[in-house]
Amino acid sequence: MTGFFGSDPVRVALVAGAVTAVASGVVGVFTVVRAQSFAGHALGDLGTLGGSGAFLLNVNPLWGFVGVGAAVAAAMELFGVQRRRGRDVATGIVLGAVLGVAALLLYLDTTTTSSSGVAVTVLFGSLFTVAPSTVPAMVALAAAGLLAVVALYRPLLLSSVQPELASVRGVPVRTVAVAFLVLMGVTVSLTSMVVGTILSPALLVGPAACALRLSRRPGVAMVVAAAVGLVATWAGIALAYASATWPPSHAGWPVSFFVVTLVVLAYLAAEVGAAVSARRR
Amino acid sequence: MVNAWLAGSMVAVVAGVVGFFVVLRGATFAAHGIPLASFAGAAGASLVGVSSVVGLAVCSPFVAVAIGLLGRRRRSDVATALVVAAMLGLGSLFLSWTVEYASEIYALLFGEILGVASSEVWLSAALTGAAVLAVAVLYRPLLLTSVAPDVAQARGVRTGQVELLFLVLVGVVTALAVPVVGTLLMFTLMVGPPAAARALVRPPLAAMTLAVGIALVTVWASIAAAFTTQWPIGFFVGVLGAAWYLAGKAVSALRR
Repeated sequence: MTGFFGSDPVRVALVAGAVTAVASGVVGVFTVVRAQSFAGHALGDLGTLGGSGAFLLNVNPLWGFVGVGAAVAAAMELFGVQRRRGRDVATGIVLGAVLGVAALLLYLDTTTTSSSGVAVTVLFGSLFTVAPSTVPAMVALAAAGLLAVVALYRPLLLSSVQPELASVRGVPVRTVAVAFLVLMGVTVSLTSMVVGTILSPALLVGPAACALRLSRRPGVAMVVAAAVGLVATWAGIALAYASATWPPSHAGWPVSFFVVTLVVLAYLAAEVGAAVSARRR
Repeated sequence: MVNAWLAGSMVAVVAGVVGFFVVLRGATFAAHGIPLASFAGAAGASLVGVSSVVGLAVCSPFVAVAIGLLGRRRRSDVATALVVAAMLGLGSLFLSWTVEYASEIYALLFGEILGVASSEVWLSAALTGAAVLAVAVLYRPLLLTSVAPDVAQARGVRTGQVELLFLVLVGVVTALAVPVVGTLLMFTLMVGPPAAARALVRPPLAAMTLAVGIALVTVWASIAAAFTTQWPIGFFVGVLGAAWYLAGKAVSALRR
């Protein structure tokens, strides 16, 4: 076990994974309560553009994720005013166009820098290659996200659960919605660093959905969600570290696979547990 | 090259026909989720050394049914998103076991025009025929359940079964389209041309024909452009699909 904690990439991964799990657990509870998991998914996909662009410009991918995430999140609220069906098609088309451009950027990344792993790093993440210098920035972003949730807690909760009541009471529902989407954009950029852009929705929504199955109270659910995310991430890192000697390739299984699978298993277990206890009552 | 051209044309025909109903039914989330989750099937096929069309054809109908059944529950979006993520993670695991990890992932996600073998063309042709035939047989119930679900139910159409069959059809299109245009961009091909066609003409059959025409032009132009520039085909499909959609929106806005 000394080898495990003695390795620098592992220590960086443990810290980066922990702050991300806590932030995404807290923000994820609101994402599920507000039924915005599609927006979380879209933000992750769009982050591909930021990540691949950052590689092309030789910038840390985190800044690409954050920049695109926050900008797109603010713009997405504009789609929200249209009716639902039209919005889905429009969102899908925007996603497609952006992913097409991201495909081109990834192609240019591979041809100009001859690093063929960029597509994998951006899309599926590689926690062990996170640069140690990125960690303070990730911690700062996660802390800022948590502070924002604490500051916005009551208006956010009220406008999520009862939007009409919130607007009667003078809560600026629209402003809160935009602020929350930006917060989601920042959180998704953290989860994209950990498990990659197309797997990031799982880490955002999975622990939260699992926690909301176990407790109806938002405060408790946030703590449970953060804990579930933390355990899944750390166990995923440990399993990936151990898998270096596993067949068939002896090159280690991807850490994102372990993290996402553990999150999904936790969700399934919570579903089954809730169903069983509901039947017993 | 000829293989890619043939396969691409078949993809365009099926994507236009089935995509018309995707837009009509507002089934965009399923059309996005089914190809993504089928990624595991394609990755598994490449692991055992079978053609990815076979892997997709085996995997995507199951995925389609699973997403359809999950969609009947309350708060289905979270469950669907997690199933999709689990399948994507599984796919990345399969591919990490193969030698060409990075390039395989890239090809499956963003498409590869030279990745079509002659044997796959025959399989694609059979799947295309089956899909078009299925739409022809299901045409009336599909249209009725899409436009007026209440009337359909009153007339004794089994809405749930039609919905599941339709999702399986989306799965078949997935199997055809993913090797050519890739998992992430198949959605644009299935939604962009029909959305534009519906903005231009109203009668369903005419709109469907126009959608097929637009999809054919998109795929042919993308293959040609990808071949000359060496850029990924997904880029051209994604941008052209969005351009068609915007053009259709602009035309229908001008008419008003």
